[in-house]
Amino acid sequence: MRRWAPWLAAAVALIALPFVYHDPYPVHILILVLIWSFLYTSWSMMGRFGLVSLGHGGFMGIGAYVTALLWNYLHVSPWIGIPLAMLAAAVAAVLIGYPCFRFRITGHYFALLTLALSAIVLQVITATRDFTGGSLGYTPERYDGGSSIYAVQFLGKQTWYLIALGIWGVALLIRYRVERSMLRYALEAIAEDEDAAAAAGVHVTAEKLKITVLSAMMTAFAGALYCQYQMFISPDTVSGIGVSLQMVFAAVVGGLYVPLGPTVGAAITILLTETLRISFGTAAVGWDNLVYGTLLVLFIIFLPQGLLGSVLAALTRRPAPAR
Amino acid sequence: MFDIFDIYLLEALVNGVLLGGVFALLALGLNLVFGVIDVVWICYAELIMLGMYGMYFLYAQYDVPFLLAALICIGGVAVLGVVLHIAVIQPLLGTPPINQLLATGGVLFFLQSAATVMFGIDFRNLGIRLPVLEVADMFISYARLLAFGAALAGMVALYLFLARSYTGAAIRAIAQDRQIMPLMGVDSRRIYVITSAIGGALAGLAACLLVLQYDVQPFVGLTFGPITFLICVLGGLGNMIGGFVAAFLFAEIISVSGLYLDLEWGYVFAFGFFVVLMFFRPQGLLARRS
Repeated sequence: MRRWAPWLAAAVALIALPFVYHDPYPVHILILVLIWSFLYTSWSMMGRFGLVSLGHGGFMGIGAYVTALLWNYLHVSPWIGIPLAMLAAAVAAVLIGYPCFRFRITGHYFALLTLALSAIVLQVITATRDFTGGSLGYTPERYDGGSSIYAVQFLGKQTWYLIALGIWGVALLIRYRVERSMLRYALEAIAEDEDAAAAAGVHVTAEKLKITVLSAMMTAFAGALYCQYQMFISPDTVSGIGVSLQMVFAAVVGGLYVPLGPTVGAAITILLTETLRISFGTAAVGWDNLVYGTLLVLFIIFLPQGLLGSVLAALTRRPAPAR
Repeated sequence: MFDIFDIYLLEALVNGVLLGGVFALLALGLNLVFGVIDVVWICYAELIMLGMYGMYFLYAQYDVPFLLAALICIGGVAVLGVVLHIAVIQPLLGTPPINQLLATGGVLFFLQSAATVMFGIDFRNLGIRLPVLEVADMFISYARLLAFGAALAGMVALYLFLARSYTGAAIRAIAQDRQIMPLMGVDSRRIYVITSAIGGALAGLAACLLVLQYDVQPFVGLTFGPITFLICVLGGLGNMIGGFVAAFLFAEIISVSGLYLDLEWGYVFAFGFFVVLMFFRPQGLLARRS
């Protein structure tokens, strides 16, 4: 019981936060951090096993656009639209993943092949501009101008905060379950040596496909939720190489191998962007990415375990103080 | 509609060949760097973008003659390639290759936003309007013809360099066996730096020609970056002849579908074609069956 007490206290504090502290702007930032944390966690589920995908921009775009298009044109509630979008992302993941894993495409080849997926999604969204608005972006229709559970649209920031907090918790739980499963051992063996793992009886293609489909569906879910919260999506913010690299960046900077690493990455990136925007206004355009790019290079060279990963490693490495 | 004498189809095909030359030129430097150093420069298109800015400032702002400006540009981007190699790739050579790819992804962000901060997001062009050739009722872009010619010349020059010169032989040797050649007295660090310089110079050459066709802006790299990588992968990373064939295949698909539908659909078809082909030839277009 005592072991759980600090976690319980942290959970209660997180849930109570927006009701004690009413200022809408910090709550908005927190919601964004939580949604993007979910997304970065989804990416890191693959990335931590050496499956570096640049196609997650594509999965996110599928999630966001399928849900929004179904809602606007066919009036399908997001309760059905989001699972359909996740299914579409899963199909895309199998289409791109199966040949890659079956033919042992790894490393650079895998990264560049998945890059093709983000590029395709981006171009399809732009090419079908009559339906999707192209690069001008797209807005799901407001349901009777207000909040509705049926339409998954809420005006209150507190509601969104609780939803984002909930799904973030679920993402951590999924990651925790994967870390404790046989899948993890299989994937770690594959990451070490594919041939040896196959010889030891690991079904390489099937295991890799499992984690890819899981990661893609989570990414699509996050994309759909991002769209429902922001009520505006554009091809550049939810798909393409930029978003894909952004996921890599946040996960690497926070720490790929520790559960809360992507969350730390999301907090750092969003706080950095917002701080620059508030202090310098429009003069800050470009500066945030300048800092990101530099940090990404420096982290990969000097701190490949990421910020949180390195801190935790330093804490556990230190011997217990002599008494 | 598919009549072979259809003048529009013929024009699209010819333009596709010319576009293929541009793509082949783009893929050349990337393929060389990959084949020798085993590194993918994700920021390759952004090096070209900087080269295009260089051309713009030299030619349009400071009135440097075009050819001199082009030479300065090629040299400048070659230096950038060397800096990229020494500052980012060299410290990462011992780590998993994917780290190098991601680090150059960081450089991509850096260069894009550095250009945004320094030059703003305005579209700029040289103000040169090259004439359009009219051959047998077909309209052919002079800029593309020039790029096509330069691409061929660049390829021949690279081939001669690799085949005939001593350094070229060392580069080919390193590409074949990274472990043994240093034992044979080849200085791999020096070879890597030279290769990066040539890769950069080829990016600079591409920049000089692309600046005639595209307006410069910080994100121009995104318009031809992804397709360049796909061409290299389709040809088999590091396989220059494969890259050459893939460039023309892609260009024809884009050009011909652009005739019947929008240009974006051309790209969609090209990317789709790429994914389908990877099912059948995962090691690249010209890979030998093992």
